[in-house]
Amino acid sequence: MDDLLAGFAAAFRLIVTLDAELIEITLLSLRVTLTAVAIACLIGLPLGAWLAVRRFRFRRTVIATLNALIGLPPVVVGLVVYLMLSRSGPFGVLDLLFTPTAMIVAQVVIVTPLVASIAHQAMRELWAEYHDLLISMGASRWQRMATLILDGRRALLTAALAGFGRAIGEVGAIMIVGGNIDGATRVLTTAIALETGRGDFALALGLGIVLIALALIVSGASHWAMRTERHGRW
Amino acid sequence: MILALLLMLLTTLPASAETLRMAVTTSFDASGLADILLPEIAAETGIDVQLLVVGTGQALRLGEAGDVDAVLVHSRAAEESFVAQGHATHRREIMYNDFVLIGPVSDPAEIADAPDAATALARIAAAGTPFVSRGDDSGTHKAELRLWNAAELSPEGGWYRPVGAGMGAALNTAVAMGAYVLSDRATWLNFGNRDDMTILFEGDPALFNQYAYLPVAPDRHPHVPHDRALRLEDWLTGPRGQALIDGYTIAGERLFTANATPREARP
Amino acid sequence: MVSLLPLRLEGAALVRRGRTLVGPIDLDLPAGDVTAVIGPNGSGKTSLLRMMHGLQPARGRIRWSVPEAEARQRQAFVFQRPIVLRRSVAANLAYPLRLRGVPREEARARADEQARRFDLTTLLTQPAPSLSGGELQRLALARALITEPELLFADEPCAALDGRATRAVETHLARAASRTTLVLATHDMGQARRIATRVIFLLHGRVHETGPADAFFSDPQTEAARAFLRGDIVE
Ligand SMILES: Nc1ncnc2c1ncn2[C@@H]1O[C@H](COP(=O)(O)OP(=O)(O)OP(=O)(O)O)[C@@H](O)[C@H]1O
Ligand SMILES: [Mg+2]
Repeated sequence: MDDLLAGFAAAFRLIVTLDAELIEITLLSLRVTLTAVAIACLIGLPLGAWLAVRRFRFRRTVIATLNALIGLPPVVVGLVVYLMLSRSGPFGVLDLLFTPTAMIVAQVVIVTPLVASIAHQAMRELWAEYHDLLISMGASRWQRMATLILDGRRALLTAALAGFGRAIGEVGAIMIVGGNIDGATRVLTTAIALETGRGDFALALGLGIVLIALALIVSGASHWAMRTERHGRW
Repeated sequence: MILALLLMLLTTLPASAETLRMAVTTSFDASGLADILLPEIAAETGIDVQLLVVGTGQALRLGEAGDVDAVLVHSRAAEESFVAQGHATHRREIMYNDFVLIGPVSDPAEIADAPDAATALARIAAAGTPFVSRGDDSGTHKAELRLWNAAELSPEGGWYRPVGAGMGAALNTAVAMGAYVLSDRATWLNFGNRDDMTILFEGDPALFNQYAYLPVAPDRHPHVPHDRALRLEDWLTGPRGQALIDGYTIAGERLFTANATPREARP
Repeated sequence: MVSLLPLRLEGAALVRRGRTLVGPIDLDLPAGDVTAVIGPNGSGKTSLLRMMHGLQPARGRIRWSVPEAEARQRQAFVFQRPIVLRRSVAANLAYPLRLRGVPREEARARADEQARRFDLTTLLTQPAPSLSGGELQRLALARALITEPELLFADEPCAALDGRATRAVETHLARAASRTTLVLATHDMGQARRIATRVIFLLHGRVHETGPADAFFSDPQTEAARAFLRGDIVE
């Protein structure tokens, strides 16, 4: 109980004093996760739409694989990305290890299956509704996918937000590939892990509260953006 | 506006000119000494040291892979074989701190008046009171295993709990269980969640914990900035670095003793 | 431009799990007619239209006078249950034009024009899914005709409409018939008499009787057709 109260107090203090380090790691958290989610959406939304629109032999296998990948432990992803980006690994020359880019790569791997899977679910329903119309109108495969993505945008926002939620709270993978370097790759989650390790529960909790607030703000902002967009468009 | 925000988020922060990646053990980072040393290093040598805080095993793996430029750990045997295998150019002792045995103030195994560390551990084993082990192949874990070895015991049974975690996590577990645990002094002094736990045994030379600096061999990994690693070594072993190490205290207690070997000793 | 038609069906059949639901059907669809496809519920009207339009994979052969991909671009379909995009009425109207690469501004202008013709102007900014059943039918028809197709399939386009709305749709269909070949599935014999020039009477998935509309309605050749027109139960 004391720890909880101290946590709220710590969060409050960090926020009102605009703690410079807090701002830095919060911005890095946002930058890494938003970039990763944007890339995951660029891959996952068309992939989900494609899986909804296209009938091919291994479709079920691909979907099952996608759903299985959602459960992939982030630590394993982190380890594999580490081995890829390590100086002794195949992409070592790129010198990406322990940089925000490496963290983005890991998060893209973690988040894309989730985004693609949720997008696929949503667009499969929409496709069932639109199927006859779009076939009848002779829409090309690309036009079908584009229509599904555009008209399913609210469900796709949910997919993106689910991806954001998973990525912003992820610690195992980015700890390994980012290294939690102070001033370079430290983000909210790795800072929380660090402070927990130091036994500074109040600060860890305070950072956790900031993290939750951030997730709420992003989710709220995107829903608000969607609503204003709807009023304008319809 | 949103576009500008995105652009700001996407553009990479410019990396400062002279960075050096050094893998260090959790105990070194948790001591808080890094927070004192790093700004001084940056100011005096212009090197921006980026710390990768990991276990000894992982620190050496990072050095072996060429993912860091230098390693600062405390596990002599492992360090020497690291150098022997050609992963580092040499090994340079920097400083030492010590391990302490932490336990509940009630001290159910009565280790406080033990004559030496081995006896203290033997009493814990005999009493069967819970003991939390790092169990993560870290320097601290290896030191603990050496002590059990010295006591001619192989820790086994329900009372012995290897957690496979870092020092902080192991301390959190021990506090929650009211268990004994071996910790480096620095981490314990900086640890916030002590509850009713305290240092019960300390001072045996067997608990001596030597830190050494290992610059990654440039012939293995030509990309490492070896000259920068040597400049950092010179600073750490020089008068300014050694004085800062000796002068670092928490709650009036000195944590580290600087004991760098003289410069001529470098091969 | 080579005409799309005639469309020729040779042994076209819808087979599901070994059961022949519709067909086999042999049929020629020449240009210029308004063909009414009639028959009891479940007789295969919808299936026949969908087969012809290529929405239903079918046995047998379905042959156009032009390549199939091109044929698809030059025909349209109004579904028994209207399907609209989750967009505004205006965006729905513009959609087929946008698919064909018509620039946004031009598509918008033509959608406005079409909305005027079909009395949808006041609804342009409304979300299409919120329209009433009758409005939906009207929108679906307006959207199908906006590309000026050579051939239009309409599957009971007036099923959910009251008398006045039915007449309005019929007026649009009649106007379209001057340049578009129409195939119309309907239950409304009055409607078939009013606008059809040709009739296909389906029973149990087969073409039971076919011929010019006047002849069919004044002198049906089969007992089943006579019974159907009387409104009796057809076995
Ligand atoms: N995809 C399908 N799978 C199984 N059965 C089908 C399928 N499509 C149509 N049928 C069956 O084929 C028969 C013909 O159906 P169809 O929809 O063509 O009839 P219809 O003449 O349009 O009837 P209605 O007047 O009720 O609209 C029906 O018995 C229907 O259940
Ligand atoms: Mg039907």
